[in-house]
Amino acid sequence: MTKKLVVIGAGMASGRVLEHLFDAGADYDVTLFNAEPRGNYNRIMLSPVLSGEKTYDDIVTHDVNWYESHGVTCRFGEHITAMDREAKTVTGQNGTVSYDKLLIATGSAPFIIPVQGKDLPGVITYRDLDDTNAMIDAAAKGGKAVVIGGGLLGLEAAAGLKERGMDVTVLHLMGHLMERQLDEAAGYLLRRDLEDRGIKVKCRASTAAILGETHVEGVMLEDNEGLEADLVVMAVGIRPETRLANDAHLDVARGIEVNAQMQTSDPDVYAVGECVEFDGQLFGLVAPLYDQAKVVAKSLVDEADVFLPKELSTKLKVTGCDLFSAGDFADGEGREDIVFRDPARGVYRRLVVEDDAVVGAVMYGDTADSNWFFGLIKDKTDISEMRDTLIFGPAYQGGTPMDPLAAVAALPRDAEICGCNGICKGQIEDAIADGATDLGAVRAVTKASGSCGTCTGLVEQVLAVTLGDDFVIPAAQSICGCTDMTHEDVRRMIKSRELKSMPAVWQECGWKTSCGCHVCRPALNFYLLADWPLEYADDPQSRFINERKHANIQKDGTFSVVPRMWGGITTPDELRAIADAAEKFAVPTVKVTGGQRIDLLGVKGEDLPAIWKDLNDAGMVSGYAYSKGLRTVKTCVGTDHCRFGTQDSTGLGVKLEKTLHGSWTPHKLKLAVSGCPRNCAEATCKDIGVICVDSGYQVSIGGAAGMDVKETELLIQVPTEEETIDVIKAVTQLYRENAKYLDRIYKWMAKVGLDWIEEQIVDLETRQALVDRFELSQSIYRKDPWAEHATKKAETYQPLADLKLEAAE
Amino acid sequence: MSDWIDIAALDAVPQRGARMVKTADGCVAVFRTAEDEVFALDNACPHKQGPLAEGIVHGKAVTCPLHNWVISLETGLVQGNDEGQVATYPARVEGGRILLDGSFMNRLRGAA
Ligand code: SRM
Ligand SMILES: Cc1cc2nc3c(=O)[nH]c(=O)nc-3n(C[C@H](O)[C@H](O)[C@H](O)COP(=O)(O)OP(=O)(O)OC[C@H]3O[C@@H](n4cnc5c(N)ncnc54)[C@H](O)[C@@H]3O)c2cc1C
Ligand code: SF4
Ligand code: FES
Repeated sequence: MTKKLVVIGAGMASGRVLEHLFDAGADYDVTLFNAEPRGNYNRIMLSPVLSGEKTYDDIVTHDVNWYESHGVTCRFGEHITAMDREAKTVTGQNGTVSYDKLLIATGSAPFIIPVQGKDLPGVITYRDLDDTNAMIDAAAKGGKAVVIGGGLLGLEAAAGLKERGMDVTVLHLMGHLMERQLDEAAGYLLRRDLEDRGIKVKCRASTAAILGETHVEGVMLEDNEGLEADLVVMAVGIRPETRLANDAHLDVARGIEVNAQMQTSDPDVYAVGECVEFDGQLFGLVAPLYDQAKVVAKSLVDEADVFLPKELSTKLKVTGCDLFSAGDFADGEGREDIVFRDPARGVYRRLVVEDDAVVGAVMYGDTADSNWFFGLIKDKTDISEMRDTLIFGPAYQGGTPMDPLAAVAALPRDAEICGCNGICKGQIEDAIADGATDLGAVRAVTKASGSCGTCTGLVEQVLAVTLGDDFVIPAAQSICGCTDMTHEDVRRMIKSRELKSMPAVWQECGWKTSCGCHVCRPALNFYLLADWPLEYADDPQSRFINERKHANIQKDGTFSVVPRMWGGITTPDELRAIADAAEKFAVPTVKVTGGQRIDLLGVKGEDLPAIWKDLNDAGMVSGYAYSKGLRTVKTCVGTDHCRFGTQDSTGLGVKLEKTLHGSWTPHKLKLAVSGCPRNCAEATCKDIGVICVDSGYQVSIGGAAGMDVKETELLIQVPTEEETIDVIKAVTQLYRENAKYLDRIYKWMAKVGLDWIEEQIVDLETRQALVDRFELSQSIYRKDPWAEHATKKAETYQPLADLKLEAAE
Repeated sequence: MSDWIDIAALDAVPQRGARMVKTADGCVAVFRTAEDEVFALDNACPHKQGPLAEGIVHGKAVTCPLHNWVISLETGLVQGNDEGQVATYPARVEGGRILLDGSFMNRLRGAA
């Protein structure tokens, strides 16, 4: 007797099940319900419909004729509201139907973030044809669209809306786009491509509310930034549609639980597609659903088969954004990264290799070989033989690897070597023939490698090929093992290419690791914040613990706390507050430092926010005793008390410390102001020292009294206090913009020369520009980090959990 | 037997960062990588007991804040020319929560 199969949901998964079932000649009388008022269509092609490349008719997979010829009773536009497993019936809006076997294929529902305004007209999700048509209608009116969610769906929506002429902004909660499929480097390239086509992207953007009276008017972010919007698309994720199964008491975890035959906890009820959970896994792409569909069809005709989840890959259907990701691409012990970057073409490829097999791949820009790589992952192919050339793809396998010098030698004379300056190989050869026999000389004559520096290696290879044994390619000191570039090269790139994030630097400078290391990250963090104070957000995770926690770590893991004592001046109230804090937090050692202030040593990490709060309440702020930044400005008593004082050295010291505090510098920055040449503040062994004289102020720089003892050299003498402060701001900024990370002023000065520094400072226009840039940066960084940490981040200083307590319970 | 205990939300630990969990047996550092994987290791460097939770996390390794030894989060082995190993404990993420293996808790209960 023909059995009755009822199918709930006419989506991508159930369409496949029915095809397989009829192909196998199964004897079922099928009733197909769908909440949408239409039959099966290719949901993933909604994006081309949105962008206008396709119409709905193009993406229908099963039409009226097909259903008729297979005797399928279609009940489209009818929502199943209940199922009765005892009676074996399901009930829709138009009545009840009984089944012998039931298939639940209800897919997922878009997740809606529970913010105020989420129900306003003009706020839509992206799941079905109605949503797509709503977006197309909205776009016809033009205006501004905000897409919440920078994952696959959100970006396809954004690209489609942009294509239809809207002004589109994507808001994404995480630090980079599509973070579940892409690493930061690929995320950066994707963002760049989207921005190039006019889509605005905001990462780390958390939506606080959707605004509007009768229709959406805007979006408010957690940081109180407001964005205008005529349309808001919410694409933040999906949830398996399990309501029916829940009500019918089937086993449901996050999805409807099924075994490898796609059977639910009721043997007559099967489930397939995005609504299921198998072995703890959910499924959001069609490839595994198609595998499931085969298994369901087999199970329904009592043939044995099992569903086995396979490796998945992702692509984005946005023209011009070629990306691919597959497998597991996290770093790890025993895992090696093979990274290839072609900054000029915007290409990034990363393979993760473990035990001589590729386990993961991320690609951006050129994904032509992605299928080949995906095959290597799926088949766990042994790649030991082709390792050296693997990253270049299948075309390079089997041949002998090319000697790089031979490749350069083979280049024609008109091959471009330096892209920035348009210098060809022939011009470099001519320069060499005319006597430019090292890199510096070639750079001086031709400008090749003088801008972004990425072609430095190529220029050196041309030198080697042309001069033969007379030229040995010098091994420049690179920042660390993650890159071949020097600090200077990278810094030049950051400025000339306007690189404003770490992934941008990693990509454009060809980093060999996926996310840097403890040596390069702090340096990059400094360069980026110094060069792009407004655009770049400081990354605490790339800072040494002292700067991350704003206290100095001790050998036993406790910390020292040093409040600022502006210019060495304090008051009875401050001293009392310090004494109280020392007592309250049982500080083992209180010491007067060599920098004219008081150090509280041995404070427990957990107590830091509380002790800072007490010191803040008494008007004190962080002394940055831990920083590559402004430390102290030592002063002597000056005209206030001293019989030899010529100017108010204490007052100037206080002013300098107040204006410079909070600024980050390549290494620590120490200042001192002495009231006369007797120099009681030891100003001539500081990074910047001021000696007051009758006629004004002598500013000298480049002193030190640590591992090297250096006397400062006179930079300039100026008549007024005001000008002294400007000169010091300017020289500090010049140092910030040009010095290598971890070079103190004296080391930097030895490289660039005091004369060059002097020229910049003496020229009033240059000086003013430096002062302006310094002030711009200080508008962000002149603040007390303790206050922020004590109020907003105090919780992060506590242990994550205290299992001691639990164990005792 | 796996008996996982819920420790905290994944977001309570910053990416490329760590937080510490106190146990009767000493402190355990819970690390989160850039790729959102979590690892649990004793919070003491084999060199001179440096607090690893305060180190810089890169790839699946952490650099000790005291003298820059680099330690694998997966195996606890010291990398490069230095030698030593830190104890590691099973840890995983599920539904946005960090879970530690309960058998490790039992060891602690036994000890307590
Ligand atoms: C607390 C203090 C010693 C004291 O008790 O007086 C001190 C303590 C440390 N100094 Fe210092 N220095 C202190 C004044 C000095 C001075 C004197 C001065 O500033 O007038 C010098 C010589 C002047 C100079 O810097 O040229 C000094 C030259 C150094 C050096 C060598 C720097 C160099 O370029 O050669 C280091 C190592 C480094 O920074 O790499 C250093 C590093 C350190 C560190 C931060 C070591 C570390 O990384 O853990 C010490 C932290 C101890 C702690 O846990 O708090 N400390 N240190 C002084 C804090 C001053 C302040 O109030 O901020
Ligand atoms: C815009 C877009 C782009 C995508 N791009 C890709 C891609 O490039 N690659 C990829 O692999 N995947 C992509 N996907 C995901 C893919 O479409 C889904 O994984 C797939 O459609 C899921 O199939 P399904 O049959 O489980 O559910 P669905 O296709 O969602 O079908 C479920 C159907 O059940 C109906 N239903 C639900 N509850 C009831 C009820 N109680 N009664 C009656 N009917 C009900 C729903 O109305 C729906 O029509 C994309 C998805 C979208 C929305
Ligand atoms: S002199 Fe050496 S031991 Fe003394 S505080 Fe400075 S760094 Fe530490
Ligand atoms: S204690 Fe960790 S490196 Fe010394």
